[in-house]
Amino acid sequence: MSRLGYTIGASALGLLLWQGVVWVTDVPNFILPPPSRVAAAAWDNRILLMEHASITLTEVLLGLLIGSCLGAFTAIQLALFPRLHRLFMPLLVFTQAVPVFALAPILTLWFGYGIASKIVMAVLIIYFPVTSAFYDGLTRIPPDVLDLARTMGASKRHIMQRIRIPYALPSLGTGLTLAAVYAPIGAVIGEWVGASKGLGYLMLLANGRAKTDLMFASLIVLAVMTATLHFGVTKAAVGLQQN
Amino acid sequence: MGYGNAGSVTPTAPSIHINGSCSIDGLPLFGPLEMTLNAGQWTCVLGRSGVGKSTLLRLTAGLECGGVFQGTIAASDHHPVNNRVSFMAQMDLLLPWLTVIENTVLGARLRGKQPDFLRAKNLLERVGLADHLKRKPRELSGGMRQRNALARTLMEDRPIVLLDEPFSALDASSRAEMQELAAEVLVGKTVLLVTHDPTEAVRLGHQIIVLGRTSVQKWPVPANPPVRDSFAPDTVTCQSDLLSVLRGLM
Repeated sequence: MSRLGYTIGASALGLLLWQGVVWVTDVPNFILPPPSRVAAAAWDNRILLMEHASITLTEVLLGLLIGSCLGAFTAIQLALFPRLHRLFMPLLVFTQAVPVFALAPILTLWFGYGIASKIVMAVLIIYFPVTSAFYDGLTRIPPDVLDLARTMGASKRHIMQRIRIPYALPSLGTGLTLAAVYAPIGAVIGEWVGASKGLGYLMLLANGRAKTDLMFASLIVLAVMTATLHFGVTKAAVGLQQN
Repeated sequence: MGYGNAGSVTPTAPSIHINGSCSIDGLPLFGPLEMTLNAGQWTCVLGRSGVGKSTLLRLTAGLECGGVFQGTIAASDHHPVNNRVSFMAQMDLLLPWLTVIENTVLGARLRGKQPDFLRAKNLLERVGLADHLKRKPRELSGGMRQRNALARTLMEDRPIVLLDEPFSALDASSRAEMQELAAEVLVGKTVLLVTHDPTEAVRLGHQIIVLGRTSVQKWPVPANPPVRDSFAPDTVTCQSDLLSVLRGLM
């Protein structure tokens, strides 16, 4: 069976289980609506879902782009200047100890209710995994290769450009794959805390009005979006690994 | 200074005089020792593991070796040594994402210069890789990868060549071929070959040095010039004597 076959099989199994739980427990619709109802809600609200999903997708993609660029740039600087690494790394680890959830209200205060605060959120959440994965790759070059480059009279810049970065691209790919899953989390947290648009906002709204079916529909749209993004980035990362 | 001017000397290849001792964390590694790498000739250094053969080579190349060297490593023409060496190791150190020809011109690329592809092609032809210019290292056999590494070493065109067991990972027939090829293409250069293999040393060395913790022993080589026939009687005798010394039997 192909990979697609397995994915379809797994989804079908999940839906069947869900439907089974609803049948067996006879749970009310506003607690757990059956898949059929969620599908109907998704179809009825398709325009609304698309609108909000496009906002979230914009936040995620911009966050991913900015966060990856910042992370990659930081990793290169840290690898070029070991002193900077010793100074900066503890700081970076410390910022990771602060839960991003806790930062969301203050980011909303600073960057407003629009998409900017959500992008910043996504950037913050992916910055560290991208930086640390890429940095790892940049510093794990076989030392003999660097020795060879030195006997050839290579400059630091050229070693970085022609040896260390190409060597570290697979590690960058690993970091980006993680980032693709984390970025939507950042965006949705931002939308929960303060927004008038986006899937996170829609979920809160639907939940508050006991429209549990719409809540689930938003959740599924978000999950499909994240999975697609992850799939796409993984494909691109494999491309990086086969350079 | 006038160290060892025996043999045919290319004007560009100086002799190298090494004099000093090396310690790691305050513990002596080797020396005090004194040796001369004759200009335009092959010097083969043998010794048991851990006597600092590779350290000696790294010091000559001006690379970090984790130890402290006290003494001098000087060229007969009074110019610095370490920016005139090229280096070839047991591992081919080819970059996996580059093709054969791109790996050959790596040095120029790393110096930010325009590579001379014509010369690279000629060198690759000389080492027998003319039909594989566009292949990546993973598509080559171990012997072919080492030929690629040799072409990269030649491309640098440095007068001093340091070889750290470059043939030891090859199978017997590729090794013999590579030894002959290296001797042919590196003619006129001052070569330091670090090896574990007495057969290889006797086959290739104009002079052989057995490195011990405190001693440097110049080992007599057969009268005929390298590359020597491994099965000639005097070669065989020299090999077995060397092996005995290395095993601590003589």
